[in-house]
Amino acid sequence: MRVVFLIPTALRPFADGRSRIEIVVAKDPPALGDALEALWESAPGVRDRVVTEQGEVRQHVNVFVGTESCRWTGGLATPVADGAEIAIFPAISGGVC
Amino acid sequence: MKTVRLLVGTTKGVFFLRAPAARTAWQVEGPHLPGRAIYSLAYDGREGRQRVWAGAASMHWGAVLVPTDDWGRTWDEPQEANVKFPADSGLALKQIWQIAPGRADEPDTLHCGVDPAALFRTTDGGKSWEVVRGLLDHPHRERWQPGGGGLCLHTIVSDPANAGRMWIAISSGGVYRTTDGGRTWTARNAGIRAEFMPEKYPEFGQCVHKVVQHPSRAGRLFAQNHWGLYRSDDAGDSWQDIARGVPSDFGFAMTIHPHEPETVYIIPIESDMVRVPPGGKLRVYRTRNAGRSWEALTRGLPQRGVYDIVLRDALTTDSLEPAGIYFGTRNGKLYASRDSGGSWRLAIDGLPSITCVRAVVVDSRKPARRPVPRRAARR
Repeated sequence: MRVVFLIPTALRPFADGRSRIEIVVAKDPPALGDALEALWESAPGVRDRVVTEQGEVRQHVNVFVGTESCRWTGGLATPVADGAEIAIFPAISGGVC
Repeated sequence: MKTVRLLVGTTKGVFFLRAPAARTAWQVEGPHLPGRAIYSLAYDGREGRQRVWAGAASMHWGAVLVPTDDWGRTWDEPQEANVKFPADSGLALKQIWQIAPGRADEPDTLHCGVDPAALFRTTDGGKSWEVVRGLLDHPHRERWQPGGGGLCLHTIVSDPANAGRMWIAISSGGVYRTTDGGRTWTARNAGIRAEFMPEKYPEFGQCVHKVVQHPSRAGRLFAQNHWGLYRSDDAGDSWQDIARGVPSDFGFAMTIHPHEPETVYIIPIESDMVRVPPGGKLRVYRTRNAGRSWEALTRGLPQRGVYDIVLRDALTTDSLEPAGIYFGTRNGKLYASRDSGGSWRLAIDGLPSITCVRAVVVDSRKPARRPVPRRAARR
């Protein structure tokens, strides 16, 4: 099955400049973690910016499956449907003045 | 022709300042790595390099080490994060607090100190970094406590004459020494007071803010503590209180004169509860006798209504004679002295909050060698 990742501007240098990356996920049905693993193969530089070395989504990064943040839908176990859009956003909590 | 370069880390990126050897006027350029907090900078001039390393942290995307070989025209942003804890540690990198090039005879070795407290080492010029296991697995780790800046390993002091000996300092864990290249580490805090603990002289747990050493006297160390100024004449085995004649023994910054091993500089802060300069006066204190007495250096520094402080790595020296002394403040002011602290000038105002300052004297006629490969370069 296929999902589409929306890459924020700050991470496009690590994704060959792409704003959208369509990924084929082998596992069916996949969880968000499976889809992200497939993304890392296509854009490994994105991985370390989105998750820590322990595999956890960084504190000030939000990952949305459709319109819901994965923080409220089961984290990396969030189910992902065929054709889903998965958007990565810098959280507003991450700003420093 | 000699040029003095200042490497200035701020909460919003890196700035480079440049002046001829007379150090009368400074040109500023930046920010590089804009928007990222730069808590560590280092210059590596070994083997003809002119390489600057920055520990760059984004609150969103994490922290990485980024080098430049051309004073910021291009940065070699790593595709994959280059400083990472092993999976079995359960730890995740928060901040890179210190970068220390190794000795001249090990030109591809560098260390970096991070939060959570750990030491990483590269022996291939920064292509790969490995955690120093002897410290990662230290039995004291579970009892180290974070300070206001986190649980940071912020100080790395190598022994120029003994490849296996090194000291590190952790807030708050204290000073640790290895004599076997990092395989084993021993707490070296005897005599350092832990004001914030019921046992005032524990084996470890002190909040040492900075340790400095003159390369000509490797076994003598000076420490600015979270309350307390100390000197060790036996490589850290014991420490003596040298806080006589200072308005406060609390502070962060400490540096040592490049040519005078008994001359040390600090910038006192009123207290850990208030954290402003004592009396509203911006004063650098200098000892020229290894801490037996201190003198206030105030000429050219504001002496009324100052609420601006200097962090642990934001005080430094160049290598000229007379020595240049430099410090940057939380409010973005950078002060410079070209007479070993006798007088000061505001070199630049209006920078973001300054976190670290390094000074280097370069021969601007010599081209740099050994450039690193470029990948995803960006400013």
